[in-house]
Amino acid sequence: MNNVFAKTQKARLLNFYRVMYRMRRFEEEVFEFYKKGMMPGLAHLYLGEEAIAAGVCAALNESDYIGSSHRGHGHLVARGARLDKMMAEILGKKDGYCKGKGGSMHIMAMDKGILGANGIVGGEIPIATGAAYAAKYRGTKQVAVSFFGDAASNEGTFHESVNMAAAWDLPVIYVIENNLYGISVDIRDVTNTENLADRAKAYGIPGVVVDGMDVIAVFEASAKAVKRARDGKGPTIIECKSYRWQGHHVGDPGEYRSRKDKNEKALWMERCPVKNYRARLLSRGDSIDEKDLLDIEASVEEEIKDAVRFASDSPYPDASEAFEDLFA
Amino acid sequence: MAKEILYRDAIREALDEEMERDENVLLLGEDVAYIGGNFKTSVGLYDKYGDLRVKDTPISEAGFLGMAVGMALTGLRPVVELMFSDFLLVAGDQAFNQMAKIRYMSGGQATVPMVVRMPIGAGRSSAAQHSQSMQAMAAHFPGAKVVLPSTAQEAKGLLKTAVRDDNPVLFFEHKMEYSNKFVIDDEVEPIPFGKANIVMEGRDVSIAATSSQVMKSVRAAEKLRSEGISCEVIDLRTLVPFDRESVIESVKKTGRLLVVDEAYEFCGVGAEIGMNVMKDVFYYLDAPIGRISTPNVPLPFSPALEFPILPSEEKILRAVLSLMGK
Repeated sequence: MNNVFAKTQKARLLNFYRVMYRMRRFEEEVFEFYKKGMMPGLAHLYLGEEAIAAGVCAALNESDYIGSSHRGHGHLVARGARLDKMMAEILGKKDGYCKGKGGSMHIMAMDKGILGANGIVGGEIPIATGAAYAAKYRGTKQVAVSFFGDAASNEGTFHESVNMAAAWDLPVIYVIENNLYGISVDIRDVTNTENLADRAKAYGIPGVVVDGMDVIAVFEASAKAVKRARDGKGPTIIECKSYRWQGHHVGDPGEYRSRKDKNEKALWMERCPVKNYRARLLSRGDSIDEKDLLDIEASVEEEIKDAVRFASDSPYPDASEAFEDLFA
Repeated sequence: MAKEILYRDAIREALDEEMERDENVLLLGEDVAYIGGNFKTSVGLYDKYGDLRVKDTPISEAGFLGMAVGMALTGLRPVVELMFSDFLLVAGDQAFNQMAKIRYMSGGQATVPMVVRMPIGAGRSSAAQHSQSMQAMAAHFPGAKVVLPSTAQEAKGLLKTAVRDDNPVLFFEHKMEYSNKFVIDDEVEPIPFGKANIVMEGRDVSIAATSSQVMKSVRAAEKLRSEGISCEVIDLRTLVPFDRESVIESVKKTGRLLVVDEAYEFCGVGAEIGMNVMKDVFYYLDAPIGRISTPNVPLPFSPALEFPILPSEEKILRAVLSLMGK
């Protein structure tokens, strides 16, 4: 048990659990909609990676910005986006965040500082970097976080953005969610860098590797990076070692991941960020007890139920709406 | 009052006046700051507005165009300069998948008020990767406005509008005009998008042109006048939005249409405009709609190869005569 964990207050500790549990249950319900054939298109689930967004976003202020990826539901939940409007969007409904025009991969919630989720791998990295430039330009002390996967760190936009952010001390944190695979391709087969965060050295900025299954470790690293950014000292790369429970998207069993080690997935699942954190909270042996956690779970279940009802009841947009919202 | 000015200085004046008017406007791109731009369109702005507002970027077109998208989403009005419109392809994802689509994908939550300025056009032996005219490709994608100023006055007025527009604008300057002198008003007001400019009125042939081709069309039309042929020259100004009504109105009067634009011919501006107005003008036409563009070969280096394939005053003149059955 590390220091921060011992010192952090009860409310914050419980909130980590609430946020991760919300993500977990949300994604499980999305998966249910898919299995029932009620979801158009696909979704890339965040199951297994909950500790990352929960830890990072806990270190942010409400006025900060995030840029998200195709696997973005967790980031939105962690920023406090409304589950009902998210679910409606994923089902292509009129009451969704984007009125059914974006879908799972492009949920945006400007009121939560979410600059959009992106279907192009690495596409949002320069955009979040630009938000950081704007914050510096205005002197607002806001920071921007860019979330993306291991594979995106091989895109040119990653290197171009980190280079500029480092050159100009921009208040941005690059969070690499290293779940080891870009669809079926093992990052270790296409990249000769054991820790992707080591790429920070090339740009003269800090690069930190953390256990992406440990929300406290992620929070600790993020808080440090956020402080550095807010103090005008520039960007940080945080690599979170993690794993996704599902394949690339719903409907992809992801069996390609057993070619090197057939137990790989099972071993990672033993390290479940949600379940293990729950056990860890109870093992503190002080003020947090089972009832606290059951209360959180019950209230999240209610919220999920409401979100599912809201999304199911919401009408589809009228076909004529395809021509709206193109220009301001 | 009027004054003489270089096209490049009209661009600089528009940038300067807009930056002075609105502190959210900033300029970024390769070589824009210290030397004032590769084509000298931002000379003096770095000294006046400082390093944070007039920013020399690394050679990372996707990176800095994407950064501008993030700036625009969070309330600034960045103006990005790409050194050549050919480099739009390097930043293609950020321009067309991000900048142009974010508002729509977000269901109208986001606004992306930004301008990407870039020079088009051949004629300097710059060969195949520094001579292209990317406007037809740009106009193919939904979500960004596409602007092609002809004269210095147009460049200044349209650039002001571009900076004030709440949407992404792809602004194509013709590199062969930068060093040309024009007479412009002392005070140039913003010129609205989507309203074509009838530069010359005429009865026999409508010539719908963009950018530098407007000036070539006017020169051709002046020569044709002495042969008794009266041309109506339409400066399209913007391809997105396209002022189809003005073109249709003109063709109904003249019965003939020639489209002149420097982008590649296949799936080009002439193809689109001809087809776009066809059903409204078909029964008024006295000749098939004509087009002058760049044929579908990469722009060659040698002037001996380059000039013959470009649109020219001579080609416009011959095309008009052909439409007149002469």
